[in-house]
Amino acid sequence: MKGITVPWILTIVAALATLPLLTASNVVLNFLIVTLLIALVAQGWNVLGGYGGQYSFGHAAFFGTGAYVTAIMQMRYGVNAWAAFAVGIGGGALVGAIIGALTFRSGLRGSYFALVTLAFAEVLRILASVAPLTGAGVGILIALDLRPQAFQFQSRAPFYWIILALVGVSLVVVRMIEQSRFGAWLVAVRENEDAAKALGVNPTRVKFAAMTVSAAITAAGGAFYAQYYLFIDSGIAYGSWISVEALLAPIVGGVGTVLGPLLGALVVKALGELTKLVTGDTPGLDLVVYGGVLILIVAFAPNGITGLLTNLRGHFMRLRARALGRSDG
Amino acid sequence: MRGSFYAALAFCGRMLSPIILVPAVLNGLLTGAVYALVALGLTLIYGVLHIINFAHGALFSAALFAAFFAYRLLGLDPYIAAILLTPVFFLLGYGLQRFVIGPAAHGEDRNILLVTLGLAVVIENTLLYAFRADTRTVNLDYAFNVIDIGVAFLSVPRVIAFGVALVVALVLWLILTLTDTGKAMRAVAKEKLGAELVGIDVVHIYAVTFGLGTACLAIAACLLLPTYYVNPHVGNAFVLVAFTVVVLGGMGSVTGSLLGGMFVGVVESLSGLYLGESLGQIGIFVMFILVLLFRPSGLFGERA
Repeated sequence: MKGITVPWILTIVAALATLPLLTASNVVLNFLIVTLLIALVAQGWNVLGGYGGQYSFGHAAFFGTGAYVTAIMQMRYGVNAWAAFAVGIGGGALVGAIIGALTFRSGLRGSYFALVTLAFAEVLRILASVAPLTGAGVGILIALDLRPQAFQFQSRAPFYWIILALVGVSLVVVRMIEQSRFGAWLVAVRENEDAAKALGVNPTRVKFAAMTVSAAITAAGGAFYAQYYLFIDSGIAYGSWISVEALLAPIVGGVGTVLGPLLGALVVKALGELTKLVTGDTPGLDLVVYGGVLILIVAFAPNGITGLLTNLRGHFMRLRARALGRSDG
Repeated sequence: MRGSFYAALAFCGRMLSPIILVPAVLNGLLTGAVYALVALGLTLIYGVLHIINFAHGALFSAALFAAFFAYRLLGLDPYIAAILLTPVFFLLGYGLQRFVIGPAAHGEDRNILLVTLGLAVVIENTLLYAFRADTRTVNLDYAFNVIDIGVAFLSVPRVIAFGVALVVALVLWLILTLTDTGKAMRAVAKEKLGAELVGIDVVHIYAVTFGLGTACLAIAACLLLPTYYVNPHVGNAFVLVAFTVVVLGGMGSVTGSLLGGMFVGVVESLSGLYLGESLGQIGIFVMFILVLLFRPSGLFGERA
């Protein structure tokens, strides 16, 4: 199977890891951290949406759960931050498993699936905005404790390396899924669920597993967010903004590819920064650009940047073949 | 101990007494009519195009802003603005489907989802950028008028909204049953390819349907404005309710969405009464999820 191999992934990650040595600028590092965070969340979406073809409009449900569980474990139960981080990922995966079991067992597909995921995220958002456990309307502040064992650091570089490592792990995991039997089943379900079923694939089970993995990856992003910003509330954690970013990046970069989400996150975030640079920091305008990009990509480059690159390479190869006189006509 | 028990019992008794229950149900029905109108647009679009229009909520916010500025800048009473805004929003909807959603989606369901989501993001944030997150209201002297029907006081603008919503539903039904365009819409809904083969301009019918659905939003916005507020996110609250209504009523059914709208209005009103305002919304979402999970064809509809 084509695609990027694990050594290549590791090379890219290693190259990216040197960036903090080149610049000490907090603005640049912050941009890179946020971009990688979106890439991680988007990679989660990509497992289910890109490979499985199930477009979720409510990945905020997993992001928010990861963030809230991490914060609640630390602030309410005094759990160590690193352990809380792991529990947060588990919590997100659990929510994914529950929603997946409910929706796929009732055979929801396409628009219905998108709708019900959106509704789940909304329910969680409203619950979090009233429940005392989640700090209701005030949100949760994680107490400042600048020690590595508390998952807090003086500078931004360690945060960068951590989120980069998480992205690296997610890339390798997705590459392994892509090459596994499970990945083949997942793509089969995406292409034609009934045909896959006829060949002995259990679509419900495959989608359920994909949703759990997807939720876990996205929840890791949420847990990291809580640790990086030390504050969350219901609008941040379960807000629709993250659901949109989670699907935008893979669609821009190329759905169902290993590097698509990372590439897409880079482009989308760079565009967002560019908009801010041109127009000043006005609320809403960067999102207008995101929405426009989403429509344009769907209209003109349905396979995203990766698709465009493949087309270009094909074009180039044909040109070269012709130049070498081996043209097929 | 015993005292508080009796107090709680008396409290429950009061909550269930008709003096509180009847007005709550009636008010729920009135609110439900507006929900039904928003949902009518959604269900019409779903019924013919077989797509869920995720931009519906953002378009509703836009309609409310349009009605607001018609009042603020032109001094038009919302009820009069409706006459102007309905054709404007019909054209807007027509144009969006014909020139944006249709061409961009290449006929693929997943793409339509994404394009309407993209539109929602663009519209909502353009509103946010242009008008900020401030909440605006209009001051109309009749906004607080009530009529006493014996068992309850009902707000006049909401009674008007109820009446107009019923009329709009009737008109839509007549359009669908009697006119040639309506017949073409039903033909496209049933069998797109067949309709194309007998010479129906499917692209045009799609755009007309989308236009009609959007026009419903303009009417709903004008009916709602006297008793409600405007901000860039206001449509979101309605759109999930509208989804619930549509799913309850059966996707694509006009009667279904009318009944579904009233039902959801009553459920919201009652759960707001017993659980408090913010949890009243939860009642709707939980109902929505349960219906989607266990009866996606709706309570009144056929198999989706």
